[in-house]
Parts: sequence; structure tokens; C-alpha cells
Amino acid sequence: MSAHDPNRNRTVDRGLMIYLVLAYAFVFAPIAASFVFSFNSDRFPSLPLGSFTLDWYRAVADDPLVWSGARNTFIVGVIVGVISTLLGFGAAYTDYRYKFAGKQVYLALALLPPTIPVIILGLAMLAYLSRINLSGNALSVIISHVVVCAPFAMAIIRLRLSQMDPALEPAAWNLGASEWAAMRHVILPFCAPAIFGALFITMALSFDEFAVAWFVSGLNETLPVKVLGFLQGQVSPRINAIGTFVFILSMTLVILAQLLLSRRDARPADEE
Amino acid sequence: MTPDTLVSFEGVVKRFGGFVAVQRLDFEIRKGEFLAIMGSSGCGKTTTLRMLAGLEAPSEGVIRLSGQPVNDLPTWRRDTPMVWQSLALFPFLNVRENVEFALKMRGTPKAERRRRAEQWLERMHIGEFAERNISQLSGGQRQRVALARSLVVEPEILLLDEPLSALDAALKVRMQSVLKNLQRETGITFVYVTHSQSEAFSMADRVVIMSRGKIEQIGTPQDIYRRPGTRFVAEFLGSSNIFQGTLARDAQGGSALETPLGSFATENITGLEAGAQATMTVLDTKTHLAAERPAGERNVLAARMIGEEFVGSVATIYLEAAGGQEIRVQKGHDQLAALPLEIGRELFVHWNPADAHIIAEA
Repeated sequence: MSAHDPNRNRTVDRGLMIYLVLAYAFVFAPIAASFVFSFNSDRFPSLPLGSFTLDWYRAVADDPLVWSGARNTFIVGVIVGVISTLLGFGAAYTDYRYKFAGKQVYLALALLPPTIPVIILGLAMLAYLSRINLSGNALSVIISHVVVCAPFAMAIIRLRLSQMDPALEPAAWNLGASEWAAMRHVILPFCAPAIFGALFITMALSFDEFAVAWFVSGLNETLPVKVLGFLQGQVSPRINAIGTFVFILSMTLVILAQLLLSRRDARPADEE
Repeated sequence: MTPDTLVSFEGVVKRFGGFVAVQRLDFEIRKGEFLAIMGSSGCGKTTTLRMLAGLEAPSEGVIRLSGQPVNDLPTWRRDTPMVWQSLALFPFLNVRENVEFALKMRGTPKAERRRRAEQWLERMHIGEFAERNISQLSGGQRQRVALARSLVVEPEILLLDEPLSALDAALKVRMQSVLKNLQRETGITFVYVTHSQSEAFSMADRVVIMSRGKIEQIGTPQDIYRRPGTRFVAEFLGSSNIFQGTLARDAQGGSALETPLGSFATENITGLEAGAQATMTVLDTKTHLAAERPAGERNVLAARMIGEEFVGSVATIYLEAAGGQEIRVQKGHDQLAALPLEIGRELFVHWNPADAHIIAEA
């Protein structure tokens, strides 16, 4: 440890450190346990641990239902990510660029969906989509997930736009860029980190989302819905294996997004 | 409109909701001149510049560029590049790419735009930074990038919106001479918006002084300094002593301004009748100080010294006349050395009637 900072109290510092470790331990213990037990040979999660095994991963890999769930999750996640980011960008840019009557209402409505309890949203989606014959397939999951994810994409991109010098876009026009050219050569490059960040975050959100997908997915179940199916039938360490896999995938996306969003003055590769 | 005219504002008004930012502007910008638009914040100077660039639409009136009305021309078709107060350099492009931007938007082939960008980078002495990121440059270097980025298209007119306000004093003075030389060499018309009198007066051929959305005076710096057109201009420049009163004939048949501080003779009252309300301005450099009441002077005013301020080789003495009016006298140090300068001491301020300037207004 370097020289002691006279403005800080050692006891308080140590107390805060312990508090932080405990808080993280509380949050991550279940995930760590799931990770550990996914390599444990015992059928039931109990201590002491049995021997190390990859059997549960093998069992998961051999299950065609898991594969179809994973495929659904992946396809839905990618499409949801792309559509949500496009919609989010449009909404954020509209907010950035234009002043209009009722803008507060526009913003409130655009950011509203994630605040609705998922059970209510899931039920409402099911009722609505079945009425227009869109329920029970991958498309219905995509539609529902876009509703949940687009506001997140909007919030992320909006934050980035708020950090932009307001003179940047007019400066591009002033130098001869039409509105479309300014969008392509100034707004998009400036927002690129946030756009990719939003893409990864919304994909991760969609991968993990269970409740709404459970209501509307029908036979095209996504992986989280499938996990629930497993749980209802039998308690199997396979769930730990799937859980670990999904966790690592989601974390990877979130960390990627974090890296992109925290990079200062990010500069995209030379395009020509 | 003369063949010299590059830009004309004809009855231009700009309202934002109920707020009138610019009220009925009528003036012309000549080809190849360095025009400064000066005023305090909120006077409408930046709005005027933005209307010329097409970033704000006039509520009324016509703006002509080379004789053509441009009211309906979008910004990107105007060819009125601007140097922004924030500089607004593109942070995701390097120096060269920033300078090439305008050429790229005009579809100039890659080799050509590279050549022209490099030419301007050299000219602005920043060639060695071509591949750097904007964040790696100092304030002065960024300034040069911003100038190169705007000038690379070799426009007829360059707009500058307080571009030096972020620089420190020494750099400011250096950039002023860079700008002035650049303008002289290229012959490009510069329209320079600033709140700084020293920037406007040291660079501009003509200065427009604005207040509350109106033009108070247009003229050369010399003209405005010596003969402020309105009381506002005299007060804004702050280098004149100002007296208000009524014009009268004095005993010798000359003219004088009757003020609460006394009767002051003047010779410059062309077109004004006795009995008219008027303002007299006397530059602080044209007022003199004496320890005893000087004999033979027609304009003498007793005042108590309240302070002094040194600026380089000259000092400004602040005095208070009857009624609390502040009087300023600026003199070289050797001229002041002979005077008994003590705070609170009564001194006599005098000036030549020929140095008094009369403004016809109350």
C-alpha cells in the first residue's frame, strides 16, 4: 500500500472494503455455486463435493431440445438486438435533433415499457398478438422483446448524443454536408461506440428474458423458457451447466458493451 | 448595392417566439474586407452570423450573397464556412481528415483533396500534426486546424464566431496577427463576431457595433473610437468621458454645452441648433490634468482623485467630479510624475474644445 492519505480514516476504509466484498459475495454466491455444481458428479447439490465431471455439459450438448432452444434464443437475440438498436437510435436522434410540442410525453412513452411489470406485459402481449394471429412463434418473441429492449438502446444512444458538441452537426452542414451526409459522416461515427454497446446490451437482455418469452413463445421456446421446463420436470445439474453457459454469454456481451461505452474519443476504423 | 457588395442584409428581423433577437438589420458587407460585429452577449451578433450561414432563418427581410437571395438556400449549399466558438472539430477524425471533410462532401477526388488539405496544413504550420487526433493538440493548434478546415474550399467569405475566446491572452494576440495576415493574403472576406473591443479594433477594417438586436454604429475602428455615434457606443467603448446637456451660444459667439458640471465649449456641432439636447464625449487620452486651475483654458473641471490604474507605459487616473460623475484621464508616466497624485486630492481636468465630440441625442 502507498502512503496513507491523511484525509481518509483507515478503519472506515477497511469497513467499507469488507462491506463491498460481502455485498458482492451475496450477489454472486448463487451464480458461483451453480458454476461449481455444474462440474460436480453428485446428482444433488450438496457438500462435500463429489468428483469433477463434464457429464452434465455432455448431457446438455446431447439434448436436441436444448439445441433448438439455444438456436431460437440466438436468432431472436440477434434480430431483437438489431431492430431495437435501429429503433432506439431513431428515437434518441429525434429527441436530440428536434423540438416539438409534447416532447416530454414522447420521451415518457418511449422509455415506459421496461417499467411495466413483465407479467402484465407478457399477458398483454399474448392477448394482443394472439388476436392478430402472431402468437406462439419466434416472431412473437421478437416483437415482444423489441418492445422491452428498444428503450434501453434509446437510453444508451441518447446519453452519447448528449455528450456531443451541439455545433458538430451544424458544422458538418456548414462544410457542405447534406443532412444525410452529416448523419453518415458525423452522427453515426460519433455514436458508433454507443450503437454497438446498445446492440450487445439488447442482445444480452433478449437472451436472458424469460417472463415475456414464456407467455408468447408457444412451441418455439427460448433457452430460459426451456430451463424452466427442466426445473418443473426434474431437478438436474444440467440446469447448472446451461446456467453457466448463458451467464458467460451474457456477461461477455455486457462487458463488450461496457468496453465500447467507456472508451473515450473512440475512433472507428478508417473507412474509405 | 455596389459592385463591391458581397453580402447585404435588407430589413432582416429574427424573432424567437416572442423575443426579438435582431430588429430590422440593413447593412452591407464589402468584398475582401475584414468586418467585425461587436456587442455584449445577447445583442444579436451571433444570430446575425448564423442567419448568414443559414443556421437560422430570418423571420423577415432578405439576405443576399453575391446579389442572390439566400433565405431559402440550405446551409450546405451556401459556401459560407464558419469557425465555431467551440471549434466543433470532428473528434473521430484526425487532423488531415478534418481538413479534408469539406472537400470530401463536395466530391473532390481523394488525391486532390489530400493535396489541398496538406497545402493548407503547411500554410497554417500544422503539417507535422496531420495524422494526430484532435485530442492530442493544444488550443492554438486546434484553432489552426479549424481555420484550415474552413479555408480549404477557398470560399469567398469566412465567418468567425468568437474563435479566440478560449485562448490565453498571449496566444490570443498571436492568433490575431495570424488572422489579419491570412485575411490580407487571401483577400477572403472575414466576418468576425466578438464581444472583445481589442480583437475587433485591432483586426477589422470596419466594425459594426450592435446592441439589443440593432446596429448602433458602423465604421472604421478610428472613426468609432474618435467619434462614437451614440451615447451607447461611447459608454460601451469606455474610453471617453461623457457629459450631457443643452447646446447654447456662449458669450464669444461660439458654441457650448450647458451641463450640470458647467459650460463646456465645443467646435463640432454641425447641424445642431442651440437648445438641442446633446452628449459630449472627450477621449481619456485627450483630457489633461493640472494641480492648479489652469489660466486661459475654456473647459476646466475640478475633480477629486479616487484611483489610478497602470497599463504598460500609461496610467489612467480616475477622478470624481461634482454629482459623483467619474472622469478618466490617461497619460504617460513621465507626464504624471510632475503632478501631486494623492487619493482625495482636488485636481483640475481640462481639454481643448476641438477634442470634444458632440452626439445629437438626449
